[in-house]
Amino acid sequence: MAGPVQSIERAAAILRLLAGGPRRLGLGEVAASLGLAKGTAHGILRTLQHVDFVEQDAATGKYQLGAALLHLGTSYLDVNELRSRSLNWADALAARSGEAVRLGTPLEGRVLVVHHVFRPDDSFQTLDVGALLPLHASSLGKVLLAFGTATAEPDRAPGLEAYTRHTLADPERLARALAAVREAGWAAEIQEMTMGEAGIAAPIRGHGGLVVGAIGLSGPVERICDGQGRPRPALISLLREAARAISRDLGAARW
Amino acid sequence: MAERYVMSVDQGTNSTRCILFDHRGRLVSVAQREHRQHFPRPGWVEHDAVEIWQNLRRVVPEALSLAGVGTAQVAAIGLANQRETTVLWDRRTGAPLGRAIVWQDTRTAPLVEELLRHPGETFFLERCALPPSTYFSALRIRWLFDHVKGVEQRARDGEVLFGTMESWLLWNLTGGADGGLHLTDATNAGRTMLMNIHTLAWDDELLDFFGVPRPMLPEIRPSAERYGETRALLPGIPLTAALGDQQAALFGQTCFSPGEAKCTYGTGAFLLLNTGGEVVRSRHGLLTTVAYKIGDQPPAYALEGSIAVTGALVQWFRDRLGLISSAPEIETLARTVEDNGGCYIVPAFSGLFAPHWRSDARGVIVGLTSYITKGHLARAVLEATGWQTREVVDAMNADFPVPLPQLKVDGGMTSDNLLMQFVADVLDVPVVRPMVAETVSLGAAYAAGLAAGYWPDLEVLRRNWHRAAQWLPGMDAEQRETEYGDWKRAVERSLGWAGPPHTH
Repeated sequence: MAGPVQSIERAAAILRLLAGGPRRLGLGEVAASLGLAKGTAHGILRTLQHVDFVEQDAATGKYQLGAALLHLGTSYLDVNELRSRSLNWADALAARSGEAVRLGTPLEGRVLVVHHVFRPDDSFQTLDVGALLPLHASSLGKVLLAFGTATAEPDRAPGLEAYTRHTLADPERLARALAAVREAGWAAEIQEMTMGEAGIAAPIRGHGGLVVGAIGLSGPVERICDGQGRPRPALISLLREAARAISRDLGAARW
Repeated sequence: MAERYVMSVDQGTNSTRCILFDHRGRLVSVAQREHRQHFPRPGWVEHDAVEIWQNLRRVVPEALSLAGVGTAQVAAIGLANQRETTVLWDRRTGAPLGRAIVWQDTRTAPLVEELLRHPGETFFLERCALPPSTYFSALRIRWLFDHVKGVEQRARDGEVLFGTMESWLLWNLTGGADGGLHLTDATNAGRTMLMNIHTLAWDDELLDFFGVPRPMLPEIRPSAERYGETRALLPGIPLTAALGDQQAALFGQTCFSPGEAKCTYGTGAFLLLNTGGEVVRSRHGLLTTVAYKIGDQPPAYALEGSIAVTGALVQWFRDRLGLISSAPEIETLARTVEDNGGCYIVPAFSGLFAPHWRSDARGVIVGLTSYITKGHLARAVLEATGWQTREVVDAMNADFPVPLPQLKVDGGMTSDNLLMQFVADVLDVPVVRPMVAETVSLGAAYAAGLAAGYWPDLEVLRRNWHRAAQWLPGMDAEQRETEYGDWKRAVERSLGWAGPPHTH
């Protein structure tokens, strides 16, 4: 068995230090308090900032605990409860859009489908609750990645699998796409998993605005997208309306 | 021309809801307000009818404003209501004579015992198709006459009106003391024990028996018909439907043909099977009831099987045992194990309803070994709902010649995939969930829209019904029968625990 990981021990010490005092601390203070080289302390603080456990004040450059850390203990939302709370809104979204609706949460580097409403045409469809989708090639997954609910596991074997020629298999292109998702507040996936299929998804937020899952609709590309190959604005607004309604029910006041 | 909508009011046990539906039967807006539950003594449950009317006055404008819809865009209003809850009020002032006595209230239990001894249940079954039970309104009227001074005389003098919740709300909506219409529909009147099941009129022998004076009773009308227009709250909107909530759910699930059935899973569960124009007398513990009556068409009847405890068992698991923190988490816990580990829970908290009707049964947990974890218990909790459904469906298949081809489900527990799969497995028929989960409200809207000409016929409503999810049976037949046998043995162990059984 390996011993303790030194950098994690140091990160924990920094978090304890920031939690202990009433005021923000500068880089020098952190480094000095813990007997660390400034470079080492800076590297750890930047990593903690990256995962939202630490925030840096824009004016003074000083550090404090991040919002994500405060929600760490309270953000747990049972997936079956998420489904139960989303039921009416997911149904309404399927009825209005005429497309199949799915809800996803992260599970071990993939998207777990936690709820599925059939496309309302009474054709034979199979419930795929429990199915797993790739994070980078599904609209649900892109939302979860973009808002930090899921993390792509970098050491996971050969990188991002290309399902079609449209799959964002290049990490840099994916990162740019995720930045655009954060900007727009929704994600699209157009023939990136299966040729001829497309989907759009939006974040579901819980207490404090933390993204706890994603809701999306999917179908044949010609139904999801307009003549220019872009997702239809009417579907996007129906989707975002449903996502906001569920988020409100879950206690995300501002959404 | 602006789009028009149908307004549905669901006056339920816990809350009053107002929902607007569009032409395709899609939910447009919802407003809801809960009312207080009063428990003045053990076994007593009461509601304040004035509070409920005030809540309706709030949720109606709220639903309209949420949808941005004007009064002129409401084509019709339909009501669905908690059944059997009884309110008496003063014809001149509109003030209720005390609180409404809720369907769950068991204060009439001694009277039930008395009626079973004399004149016996056949007298009632032949006339109203109901056996004496604490559910039904006539017993509550009798109780009020016997326990509240002066009420019986005032009722004889024509000063007092009786109604279930739809009558109370319709009377208030149409002007109240100032010329309000005093109406009920056949599905609600059929739950009083005062309506003749064949003629759908008040039965003189039953009125005599219970000593209920006719002037206090509302006029029995079809479930879908133009009753009149609103004069309070919103002026001039046609009131065109009223149904008891379970019948409304059957209608909302578009179970219009004989042999079609739905089950609503809430605190308890109610399974209703459309039996068409035929009054089927159950030999297996089911109730015969009016499903709906549209205008001057002949009525449709239904067999009803009620299960006292389904969701309530999950709530007990959450609140009393504290093994989960929210009801949906029961599925998470149940999925930590492969099966029930041989453990069964029979939730006969206050006896067993259909098809057993044993008030002497009490809950049991059987098959406990040191192997059993809370995960197995969670499985047994969910399976109890599945097996109880199976027992009611078996009774229906025994009473009605056409075996159930599929079961349409609604209610909060349908979000539990493990449970719905289990129900499909033990019934060995597909279980389907419709796109609109609010089937009670939808049914009232459908009936109202039909009577107002907003929808032309039942076929159009049928086409509005869409499958949101389907669970196909996947259990091996031998396993199903073995486990059903185990369940039945567990039920046997629950019987006779509370005092001596009476002959029912």
